[in-house]
Amino acid sequence: MDFNDTAVEATFREEVRTWLSANIPTPDDLKGLDYIGRAKLWQKRKYDAGWACIRWPKEHGGRNASAIDQVIWNQEESKFDTPDSIFGIGHGMCAPTMMAWATDEQNKNYIPKLASGEDVWCQLFSEPAGGSDLAALRTSAEKDGDDWIINGQKIWTSGAHYSDYGVLVLRTDPTAPKHQGLTYFFIDMKSAGIEVKPIRQISGGANFNEVYFTDVRVSDSQRLGAVGQGWQVALTTLMNERASIGGGGGGVNFDSVFDLATRVNIDDAPAIEDKNVRAQLATWYAQESGLKFNGYRSMTALSRGEIPGPENSIGKLVGAPKQQDMASFALDLLESGGAIWDPELSEAAGMFQATYMASPGLRIAGGTDEIMANIIAERVLGLPQDIRVDKGIPFNEVPTSNS
Amino acid sequence: MNFEFSEEQNMLREQAQGFLASNCSMAVVRRVLDGDEPYDADLWKKVAEMGWTATVIPEEYEGLGLSYLELSVIAEELGRALAPIPFSSSVYLATEAILAAGSEEQKQAYLPGLAAGTSIGCFALGESAGQTSPASLTTKADGSSITGIKIPVADGDVANFAIVVGRSDKGDGASLYIVDLDQDGVSRESITTIDPSRSHAKLTLNAAGAQLLGNDGEGWSHVQSILNRAAVLFAWEQVGGCDTALNMAKEYAMGRFAFGRPIATYQAIKHKLANIYVKNTLARSNCYYGAWAISTDADELPIAAATARVSAIQAYYYASKENVQTHGGMGFTWEFDCQFPYRRSKLLATNIGSEATWQDKLITAIEKQRAA
Repeated sequence: MDFNDTAVEATFREEVRTWLSANIPTPDDLKGLDYIGRAKLWQKRKYDAGWACIRWPKEHGGRNASAIDQVIWNQEESKFDTPDSIFGIGHGMCAPTMMAWATDEQNKNYIPKLASGEDVWCQLFSEPAGGSDLAALRTSAEKDGDDWIINGQKIWTSGAHYSDYGVLVLRTDPTAPKHQGLTYFFIDMKSAGIEVKPIRQISGGANFNEVYFTDVRVSDSQRLGAVGQGWQVALTTLMNERASIGGGGGGVNFDSVFDLATRVNIDDAPAIEDKNVRAQLATWYAQESGLKFNGYRSMTALSRGEIPGPENSIGKLVGAPKQQDMASFALDLLESGGAIWDPELSEAAGMFQATYMASPGLRIAGGTDEIMANIIAERVLGLPQDIRVDKGIPFNEVPTSNS
Repeated sequence: MNFEFSEEQNMLREQAQGFLASNCSMAVVRRVLDGDEPYDADLWKKVAEMGWTATVIPEEYEGLGLSYLELSVIAEELGRALAPIPFSSSVYLATEAILAAGSEEQKQAYLPGLAAGTSIGCFALGESAGQTSPASLTTKADGSSITGIKIPVADGDVANFAIVVGRSDKGDGASLYIVDLDQDGVSRESITTIDPSRSHAKLTLNAAGAQLLGNDGEGWSHVQSILNRAAVLFAWEQVGGCDTALNMAKEYAMGRFAFGRPIATYQAIKHKLANIYVKNTLARSNCYYGAWAISTDADELPIAAATARVSAIQAYYYASKENVQTHGGMGFTWEFDCQFPYRRSKLLATNIGSEATWQDKLITAIEKQRAA
């Protein structure tokens, strides 16, 4: 066992580092740009030098790099202060789906612009009646000549307000059982009849949206997969959702709470001397350490050209509640001062308060804690699925409320 | 990045699993727990014949001179089988104490027997309820004889010699001694513990002959480094046991029907088992870290050991209690095997210092690292 790169990996890491150090955007480069402009500038710079979406084939704007190269790239890039990305969904979920299901012609038209950051893509899956039970979505598409006409509503769509294109799953046959009446499309977000309304979150931010469709036309040529095959295509997208490893995480972590515990007092002594504080911190340290070394085990698998084991599936389920509990604990350590959320007046410029308010979302987005636990139970441990009362029933006969 | 066991080490694991499946079923654990034999002497003999007791002992002392990664593999498998043998006392503690502090003569005298399994060692630290510290020790040597009471001593009733931690007026306040247990000055009685599949004793030393191990007044510092190394190996035993508890719970949940379907289809059970898996996985990955630290003698060993120990204690307790819960009333019966991991998890958790003790050690080690 050792933590070192192989010779080939070390050479690649050095090459990445060298390029990053020479090309990270300067404050001057970014002056006057909003977060979208900054993200696009950085993406374009990477693309022009051949460092965008490095795992993608060259003809799609990538560099045919391996999975371990991607991890190395992520690790090195995360060490620099780079503009926040707005391309995660487009690059991580939409593009792999397009590459698997779209025509060569379509991929040639759309994928390089995704790689260069010229186009931003979003994913229109969740609906008011289809969240954890995604296949219960109701937004409909009806065939009209060579087009389909879309009516309904999507929700929780991250980045819809600045996206150029989106992928979406629609109900094309309400008389078929739930999973069988769905069809998958990609769509121009500027199409007539699409209305995007930001949702204000409890954290104060507004990162995602409601998206309303009123008689929106989409060409049948933008269908991915066969009519009725939408669920299968959607699985391609979802499988890519949590496939990334490496890189760093922001927000509250062991270091920030440990440091806080050295600055505030309990019984006139630094809180870090309190046995309860030490016990709690030790448990979180062990969790963080476990996640880190899970990552190393996954990297080892990638480095050997193998697929990482299921240990990689637990990150979100452990990490999200941990962030919430640690932020809550930090506010308690601050006693009455914990309530202050004014960047000028609060400890760590309000970071603990911000995490406290943002962390409920982490436990829901991309699969709730409960769904993640189901996934581990069913796919990792091989436990049987729960009984589904809507199985095999035409979708339009499935009960949707008590009335 | 190479953070996995090698092909040879994985072969050793397969071999160990095969051997233990046929030689250490739960029926063997039950036999020792229910019966009068303090440990399975036949299993011990076979384990020693395969060289497991000799794993990290250098060849010059008739050991195999392998690394702690091999010993980690063996520890995990012995933990998985809940093997009722004095392996942890003799190998993780007594052997480590002599390797760390022994003079050349002491190594020559004790290591070949430990390697062959013909001699069993134990580690006598605790004297009463609560944390042991140099200040709490009452056992004390006078020249080459030692007096005091040690309780509980894992395998103290079957060992040939004990590493005894005694009080010292010098240095860090403690010294280590080797005390041969077959002598007039020693009386030992078996005691009942929460896990009778692993025997424990009360050792009464009454001017027993003792030889100093390491320098007088350096005992406490030796104890810390011995416990750090043992913590990693205990943690591997613990994650092995975690898997056993999880598998028991899983098998039962798949086969037990309630309200017309397997209880494994209910989310209340699924989430319980998923949580067990999550805790086990975190603990196992921390054990990898510990194995790396112990095998490379890394400066981070105190942190790695405490991290592995804390998460393994938490994981095994959780897995073993929720395994009983998953079995419902049957899990509470003597007839079912759920009691074994439940007993063993707490025994291993208290044997070399509790969760709280190791949580505190972990933060202390982190503070030290940051101050450096």
